[in-house]
Amino acid sequence: MIKIAVMSGKGGTGKTTAVASMAWYSQGLVLADCDVDAANLALTMSSRQRTKIDYIGALKAKIDHELCIECGKCEEVCVFGAISNFQIKEIHCEGCGACQVICPENAIKLVRQKSGEIFVADTDRGPMVYAELQPGESNSGKLVTEVRHLAENIAESDGVDTVLVDGPPGTGCPAIASITGVDLILAITEPSQSGEHDLMRLIDLAQHFSIPVCVAVNKWDLHPGMTECIEESCRRKGVMVVGRVPYDPSVLQAIKAMKPLPSLFPDSLASLAFQKIWQEVSKHAMDRGGSGILMKLE
Amino acid sequence: MILTVASGKGGTGKTSVACALALSLDRPLTFLDCDVEGANAHLFLHPEFLSHEEVKVPYPVIDAAKCDACGKCVENCQFGAMIRVGKKIRLMANLCHGCGTCRLVCPLDAISMSGRSVGTVRYGTAGLIKFACGELLTGEALSVPIIRKIKEEKDDLVIIDSPPGTSCPAVESIDGASFALLVTEPTPFGEHDLRGMITVCQRLEVPCGVVINRSSGDDTIIERLCERTEVPILMRIPFDRRVAECYARGGTMLEAMPGMESRMLDLFLEIGRLKR
Repeated sequence: MIKIAVMSGKGGTGKTTAVASMAWYSQGLVLADCDVDAANLALTMSSRQRTKIDYIGALKAKIDHELCIECGKCEEVCVFGAISNFQIKEIHCEGCGACQVICPENAIKLVRQKSGEIFVADTDRGPMVYAELQPGESNSGKLVTEVRHLAENIAESDGVDTVLVDGPPGTGCPAIASITGVDLILAITEPSQSGEHDLMRLIDLAQHFSIPVCVAVNKWDLHPGMTECIEESCRRKGVMVVGRVPYDPSVLQAIKAMKPLPSLFPDSLASLAFQKIWQEVSKHAMDRGGSGILMKLE
Repeated sequence: MILTVASGKGGTGKTSVACALALSLDRPLTFLDCDVEGANAHLFLHPEFLSHEEVKVPYPVIDAAKCDACGKCVENCQFGAMIRVGKKIRLMANLCHGCGTCRLVCPLDAISMSGRSVGTVRYGTAGLIKFACGELLTGEALSVPIIRKIKEEKDDLVIIDSPPGTSCPAVESIDGASFALLVTEPTPFGEHDLRGMITVCQRLEVPCGVVINRSSGDDTIIERLCERTEVPILMRIPFDRRVAECYARGGTMLEAMPGMESRMLDLFLEIGRLKR
């Protein structure tokens, strides 16, 4: 099985559009939307929901006010500032249990709570796993790991060779959880100083975990000079550049129509660019021991 | 007043709006870039950095001479950061949240808390603007402690550039704000992620308003959501390829759009009326 994660560092560079387009040019893959804070892949791939699983991830402290003697020890030990005036501020509680341990009256319990939902759906390119973390909840890294594992299990049991992950922005907890154990990262960037800055952080992260990474520059013609500069920085870090995608107004139209770009605009410049990038990525994946991504037959 | 500029979805223009607003006001203020996984505001405000400070999180140290590997810490660690390997307890550093529960449960007092560096906060000035931003060390997962450190900076007016998403880092950036300005775009992606963000603001009891960036004339999708949730739309910034090109060069919205400065001032006055 080959696992590929589409990442970016900076948000809004076109990860989801890339994933939906590349999926369109494939047959037989499992999709995993690991941006559980802002899951958008399901808004692009038309799908039929198969199952919905409650995500019981977060432990939250609960104070039994019948038993509480208001000694204030819990407030003292809580490093997250989640307790004040003998009340738990749920949104800040990380469920560590320090308060439960210190409470002399056993008035505090950790209670498991539903903090999101995981969905499995069928698209016409294969199964898709995605999740919705309830807004304001913590533990998104753990939910990401569950989404990724579920996608891998489905691929395993369906005999599918490719898992394609739509990753979150950033380089912290959910980003690390998304790239753990993947074979290859495709980083989508844009030709701006912010795009470059965040891409370099992502490449450092990938190299820190020894995961090979290749790069594509989206909307490259908005600043050709910056595009060249980014590509040069990549080469200096030993990172392969696999393509450029031109700025193309049809991308916005496809997002608004909630359809994969190539399904509406097969001849658009951006569609053709994503097709070529996917072929390049497939080649790299094969080099890394995959048996090759199944491309859609024309 | 603390004004946080946030968005659920990444790349909607948080940093552009926050910087344009800060520059338009032309008055002393503090600008805090809390997107520690991808800090970009310095690329537009060009601060001169004057100092920096390491951010440390509490971190348990096990005294091997005292520890008899009873496993109480392993049992009580909710993050799976403590594991028993033979007769020893090992700490998985990147899973540790620094809560100190292991120290509390250790019957032999074998655990003490020390500090571990997870990143840096840099301080500087850009004209009238006091500036701070943070950087998470590569491979570290916890951005919240760095955001907390940045937020220690106080001023009459603080503008915070929040990270994307709707989980802990975004929550930390919005918590305690007088107002949250939510930047979105009129697409199904923008609408979906804005919905989550409005819920976060409501849970934190922070009043909020919306800026529609890259407006193309038809913003129905966002208008419907704002009507339903009773969140005001405070500004629309038209879609313009020249803005994108200017941004790519590191230019701000103010350079690309004539008249933007006075629109930002109006926006600020409006926020002043809506803040808590």
